[in-house]
Amino acid sequence: MPALRIENLKKSYGTVPVLKGINLAVENGDVVAVIGRSGSGKSTMLRCINGLEPFQEGSIVVAGHRLDQSRANLRDLRKEVGMVFQSYNLFPHLSVAENIMLAPRVVKGLPRDQRELLVRDVLSRVGLAEKASAYPDELSGGQQQRVAIARSLAMKPKVMLFDEVTSALDPELTGEVLKTIAELAEAGMTMVLVTHEMGFARRVATRTVFMHEGKIWEEGPSAQIFAHPATPELRSFIATDLK
Amino acid sequence: MAYEMNFTPVFARTPELISGTIDTIVLSGQSIVIGLTIGLAVSILRVDGPKWAAAASAGYVEAFRNTPLLVQLFLLFFGLPYIGIRLSADHAAILAISLNLGAYSAEIFRAGLLAIPKTQIEAGLALGLSRLQVMRYVVIIPALRVIYPALTGQLTLTLLGTSIASAISATELTLAGAKIESQTFRSLETFLVLAAIYISITFAFRLLYWIVGLWLFRRSVPKTGSAVATLSLPREAET
Repeated sequence: MPALRIENLKKSYGTVPVLKGINLAVENGDVVAVIGRSGSGKSTMLRCINGLEPFQEGSIVVAGHRLDQSRANLRDLRKEVGMVFQSYNLFPHLSVAENIMLAPRVVKGLPRDQRELLVRDVLSRVGLAEKASAYPDELSGGQQQRVAIARSLAMKPKVMLFDEVTSALDPELTGEVLKTIAELAEAGMTMVLVTHEMGFARRVATRTVFMHEGKIWEEGPSAQIFAHPATPELRSFIATDLK
Repeated sequence: MAYEMNFTPVFARTPELISGTIDTIVLSGQSIVIGLTIGLAVSILRVDGPKWAAAASAGYVEAFRNTPLLVQLFLLFFGLPYIGIRLSADHAAILAISLNLGAYSAEIFRAGLLAIPKTQIEAGLALGLSRLQVMRYVVIIPALRVIYPALTGQLTLTLLGTSIASAISATELTLAGAKIESQTFRSLETFLVLAAIYISITFAFRLLYWIVGLWLFRRSVPKTGSAVATLSLPREAET
């Protein structure tokens, strides 16, 4: 069974269609980059996967949880599907450790001693072991984003979603976040990344999906997508990026 | 002809003044606790509740913010007995003042809830928290921090508003003062003393709010992403 299967996903805002029938399957351990112009629906698709956006038609099965229009059992799904946002969204009144422990504590009821081990474990995975007691506003954007990744990891997700997680960062900080994500990929985490970092998609993603006008226009192994784009839309999109 | 101040007859009634002061503190304290509880619940329903609950909350807020506290007090004390609900003056006062504060504080709480970026709520939901858990762990403290000055200002108004309860003879400081005044005829002295006592009570309450604020926001810092270390309340050392 694939880690994620999207079937005939359709969504519109009022009369404006945003997703026009998306079909996508992601296997365990796959790293899928989703690229495309602004407004092509890539973030909306990602947000549908963990129920942040309702949709009108189709179904999504992720980490063994089925999501449809009824939006039942959404919380069970979210426990196993991590999400990292463009704007980090750390909780400003909580320390790094408290940000990380919150969901394991209140959602899973993890006891204190295990929570502390967990914090140490996930922080070392993002290279910020010494920042446990810092507060979000004491960290750089790149560090905040790595904490956000650690916070998501602490729920031991089966699938992780990344929504343009480096778009708010300068190139240097982008590098440290991408490195963290690449390490997760190497460790076998199943991931779907909406990204504008073409070089990263090419290097790290096993597969790349190009979205255009609310549809998956083209998809395939990243090497092939970037070296031999089949459609003129993808060719022109890649060409724009190189300029 | 100069008026000669004479506080002696007023100070002779010190025990009554003290018990009036205690009554006012108790009435204010109870009304504040009940009123804020109502206000918080109503604001959450209005922002995040089902449609009917949001509408009912809005109706309550409008009804109580657009009528005088005195009329609310009279309605509860003189009006309710006609439909079989008989409240003592003290209970009617607590109820009216709590409901009044509930309506005003609901609007203040609502402003705070709306000031929290939607992305914070999404981040909480994406971690698997329920809506109520998001409210409790993610939204409330930063929201309270935004509105704390407005909220404590309202609490001071409410405290001073308890003097209106004297109109239905609820036991509190203004009633005690009115009695003393009517028996000593020392109006100026009596009400000067009352004013001084009210100032002391409000200052004591404001000191309390300040301490509560230090505790509530002991670990909170300004908005996410602000690079500048702006003014913030002292933070606990590493725990």
